[in-house]
Amino acid sequence: MSANTDVKTYAGFRSITLLCLVILYAPLIVVTVYSFNASESITAWGGWSLRWYADVFIGPESAKFQQAAINSFSMATIAATAATAIATAAATAIVRGGKYRLRTPSLGLITLPIMVPEIVLAVATLIFFNAIGFTRGYMTILVAHIAFCIPFAYLPIQARMQGIEDTFEHAAMDLYATKAQAFKRILLPLMMPGIISGFLLAFIVSLDDFIITNFVKGAGIETLPTAIFGSVKQGLKPNIMAISTMLLSLSIVMVTISYFVSKFDNTK
Amino acid sequence: MNDTAEIAIDVRDAVKRYGDFTALQKISLGIRDNEFFTLLGPSGCGKTTLLRMIAGFEDVTEGGIFLFGDEIETLPPHKRPVNTVFQNYALFPHMTILENVGFGLEMKGSSRKDAAKRAAEMLELVHLSQFAKRKPAQLSGGQQQRVALARALAPSPKVLLLDEPLSALDLKLRKAMQIELKHIQRETGITFIFVTHDQEEALTMSDRIAVMSAGELQQLGRPRDIYEHPRNMFVADFIGDTNLLEVSVDKIADGRAQCHIGGGHALACDAVDGVQTGAKVHLSVRPERLILSEEAGNGTSLRGTVTENIYIGTDITTMIDLEGGPKITVRASNTERGNKRLIEPGNPAFVTMETGAARLLLD
Repeated sequence: MSANTDVKTYAGFRSITLLCLVILYAPLIVVTVYSFNASESITAWGGWSLRWYADVFIGPESAKFQQAAINSFSMATIAATAATAIATAAATAIVRGGKYRLRTPSLGLITLPIMVPEIVLAVATLIFFNAIGFTRGYMTILVAHIAFCIPFAYLPIQARMQGIEDTFEHAAMDLYATKAQAFKRILLPLMMPGIISGFLLAFIVSLDDFIITNFVKGAGIETLPTAIFGSVKQGLKPNIMAISTMLLSLSIVMVTISYFVSKFDNTK
Repeated sequence: MNDTAEIAIDVRDAVKRYGDFTALQKISLGIRDNEFFTLLGPSGCGKTTLLRMIAGFEDVTEGGIFLFGDEIETLPPHKRPVNTVFQNYALFPHMTILENVGFGLEMKGSSRKDAAKRAAEMLELVHLSQFAKRKPAQLSGGQQQRVALARALAPSPKVLLLDEPLSALDLKLRKAMQIELKHIQRETGITFIFVTHDQEEALTMSDRIAVMSAGELQQLGRPRDIYEHPRNMFVADFIGDTNLLEVSVDKIADGRAQCHIGGGHALACDAVDGVQTGAKVHLSVRPERLILSEEAGNGTSLRGTVTENIYIGTDITTMIDLEGGPKITVRASNTERGNKRLIEPGNPAFVTMETGAARLLLD
């Protein structure tokens, strides 16, 4: 790249970049720092302390958060597993299904939920559950999560699969493997980094979801995001910052793992 | 190799169509047991399609394919005792070399231990034992090629199919592999069906060659037959270099055809069935079967002017404009004797044809 087309030479490049980074990350940094605040206030600094982390686990709201965490993690695990299985099957069909007429529409239909405003999905899902008489509760949230997690699981799997030539399966079948054996012994191991990456993304998306969950959950059942929201409505306390910081750390760890797994090359 | 050997692969009136496009038009071929058989032709001639039909990756539109008398064209690939060496090798990237080579045996029902034992023997055959624990990406192209060969040979197929396996290798390695492949074929006694567009490769390795073009079989024969007795213009032109001269047939007598080319030069050659007096046909004359001299030689000598000498190491190629228009190419070995005959461009020269050098082609 020559010097005069380098984006760094444009006027204001540095200040605009800095501004964007500050707007994006300053609130997160403030929340993280204040979660270690010793004082009761959410704005006045009273020195370093872990008291609000302790409060999350043993404080007055701990039972509520604990139940919400159990709900959230069990749902995220089941939803991500189911969504990944469906996405793997879909990617196999769409990438390996030859050139059929509805290939582009199928791809569009699978990835569309990412583009649709989440509030619209939430309302539509709620209306659908009402229409079929599905009583709201743990199951409604789970079914909704499986559905909207599919595109997130699908994209990394498809990306991985497109890089796998079909001569590998041909070679396997030439060497006496049935279609099922070729899938299990050749295609699946080669897709695995994409599948793990898709699973982790789906897990995080399920764990963090608020809007759809809030619409389809019944009374008396909470996930972590809805529990936090409920708690905030009764007044902002530093324990919310502690729990948010924990969720944030978990998300960062999982997205990072997902990134490295998708880059992982099991052929070396 | 003998002419009465059992037929390993019998292709009977096989046709392949993709919609309106006919990739193969009624091909019939008998490939003998223990034979090194080559399907040779330019890209798009249908040779790979035919190979894939034998392997089971393409279905047969019409006709049949038989393996030692059993009809196989309806069987899926994993039920055919035929293995393929793929053009890009298609080694399983997540498995070690040993696992790759043992894969076919394991799928056939051998235990993991037996498969590994046989795989180790196969790796020995291709001199790659020290790489057994590596992954394919850690090997060079030539080594991967040999692993692909070992993998396809390990389950002892009745026929081995090779789809341009040497095309990705550099010239030196390719020549070494040609000889190694031929050795392995003799050693194992397995029928090899080799697909290539490289005529030199085909001549070097094959017991017999099927020359294909535009989905049709042009000629089937031993390398020598095909090179020296091409059946038509396509074969004469595709295999090696040749002078294709347009001639008119003046007279046919005692199995010889008297002809003349443009400029009135008279030539004689063996007549072939179907040739008639007055017909316009072609003569194919290999450049190395022509002798260039300053004086007219014995027999048919054509007068012309040298236009260019091209030095190509082993040979020297000379281009001559014959009197009256036709151009002709002569090749001489780069030896003392050959060099003495070298005539500088612009000088007159005579081109003398060895007896039997010209071959008459009807189409």
